[in-house]
Amino acid sequence: MRPIRISLDGDPLTGSDGQTIAGLLLAAGLRSWRRAPSGAPRGVFCGIGVCFDCLVTVNGVRDVRACRSRARDGDVVTTQSRAEAP
Amino acid sequence: MTRHVVIVGAGPAGLAAATAAVRAGAQVTLLDAADQAGGQYHRMPLDTYETKRPRILERCDWWPGGAVWALERHDERRPPRVHVISGPDGGTRRRHVLEPDALVLAPGAHDRTLPFPGWELPGVFTAGAAQALAKGEGVAVGDRVLVAGSGPFLLPVAASLLAVGSHVTAVLEANPAATVLRGWTQSPWRLAAQAGKAAELAAYAALLARRRVPYRTGRAVIEARGDGRVEEAVTARLRADWSVVAGSERTTAVDALCVTHGFSPQLELPVAAGCALRDGFVLVDEDQATSSTGVYAAGEVTGIAGAPAARAEGVVAGWVAGGGSPARLRTVRRRRDEGRTFAVRLAAAHPIGRRWSGWLRPDTLVCRCEETDYGTLCRTADVSARAVRLATRAGLGPCQARICGPTLAELLDTNPHDRPIISPIRLGELANPPEEKESTP
Ligand SMILES: Cc1cc2nc3c(=O)[nH]c(=O)nc-3n(C[C@H](O)[C@H](O)[C@H](O)COP(=O)(O)OP(=O)(O)OC[C@H]3O[C@@H](n4cnc5c(N)ncnc54)[C@H](O)[C@@H]3O)c2cc1C
Ligand code: FES
Repeated sequence: MRPIRISLDGDPLTGSDGQTIAGLLLAAGLRSWRRAPSGAPRGVFCGIGVCFDCLVTVNGVRDVRACRSRARDGDVVTTQSRAEAP
Repeated sequence: MTRHVVIVGAGPAGLAAATAAVRAGAQVTLLDAADQAGGQYHRMPLDTYETKRPRILERCDWWPGGAVWALERHDERRPPRVHVISGPDGGTRRRHVLEPDALVLAPGAHDRTLPFPGWELPGVFTAGAAQALAKGEGVAVGDRVLVAGSGPFLLPVAASLLAVGSHVTAVLEANPAATVLRGWTQSPWRLAAQAGKAAELAAYAALLARRRVPYRTGRAVIEARGDGRVEEAVTARLRADWSVVAGSERTTAVDALCVTHGFSPQLELPVAAGCALRDGFVLVDEDQATSSTGVYAAGEVTGIAGAPAARAEGVVAGWVAGGGSPARLRTVRRRRDEGRTFAVRLAAAHPIGRRWSGWLRPDTLVCRCEETDYGTLCRTADVSARAVRLATRAGLGPCQARICGPTLAELLDTNPHDRPIISPIRLGELANPPEEKESTP
């Protein structure tokens, strides 16, 4: 499969075409990327778009479920924290 | 005029419904929030999918990435209007409104995982998450993985983990062997009828034996521990009612934990359509018709019985919704009824024990989103359910109680499935007028 590059909080990551953002992050060795209201780390839990634990900001759009969105070459992904959300 | 049938969900049930409705002569629109057809069962990597796309997609109006976010009941004599948002989340999404002559709901189910101390740690997954990542993308959730919970679903999950290179330390079934065996062997002649499913499970069991993965009954994960991510699992022996046998605790080093205690049907759409429920599932008649006019339901929303049963229900629902004569359905109805029997037996063999909450501690999170703990819930539980929610915010987070709903319902006695917005939609998208229904996304 075609390799793709995305960035997470500015750091470059590589994956392959067809992967979800969550799949790409897990395959890159990450286990958590979001913070719950208390600041506790969260990553993937349900994997199918039900729990909302895996939320990220993709190209400026907040609250995208990483497990349900395919990574596209050049995606700028930033982590979110509910601890700082308005 | 040709009947227009809208089918929501393109899993085994929805795909079978689409095929049958087309055969009955209807014009079919098939929607799925995912960009691939197949649902949970036929999940596969994108490149494999390109060569294995179900053929029915060419013969109906197929809307990949089409999420139904609301059903609007406008006329009691007709099915509700279907509000769809389509396109990739984070990209440009468009709104459409459909007004079908018949609506088939086949949205499936998701894992039900009971809370336990530490279940919010990264590295704790539902078994379905491990399955979806392994089957859909070849990603292993961990190197040393423990699979636990209840039900035959744990077996294919362990098999998929082995296939992507994980070491599976064990598969733990919480119910004792006596409960499982009693459920499965109650009526052996009926088991034979579901031979397809039985053979599949036997193959998984043989694989686990060959790879020396122990399968233990009467044992459960009662705690996950670790600093910022799961590092070890505490397991314990359970009695038939799932009370913990004191002194039987053991710890195992793991880097991932996959836990599922059963499945919850995705009832938001049926509830929004006004369909009556029974025992937590959509109530359907002989023809898969729900209590709402022109609305049919098929698959795991009517009972948890696996893909073959979902398919049989889909055939019946699609055929009747498409205007086909129910008299022509004798064989498939029999298969459907066998599926229902299978569901009953499955529930008997893998019940959730009444005393599971014994492994909770006051600081165990019940609502993952709002981080409401068990102690806080207990302290407020003697007032009304609404007051509990407002005071503790339990069930009011981003997942809208999809994860903790059944647990809260058990503790607070409320309906966990009543949600005005079924699928997330952004305010900007809501402000745009919907496009004409003829336009394909
Ligand atoms: C994560 C997971 C993995 C599973 N893997 C297996 C497996 O490997 N083997 C096995 O035997 N069983 C598996 N199961 C059990 C599985 O549910 C059934 O075997 C089978 O897939 C059920 O078929 P279905 O058609 O009823 O529902 P599903 O296959 O769940 O299909 C439902 C479809 O509806 C769509 N949908 C839901 N809501 C909406 C909406 N609002 N708008 C648009 N579309 C919507 C979903 O995207 C989904 O594709 C799995 C279950 C889960 C939750
Ligand atoms: S992991 Fe649950 S929504 Fe993505």
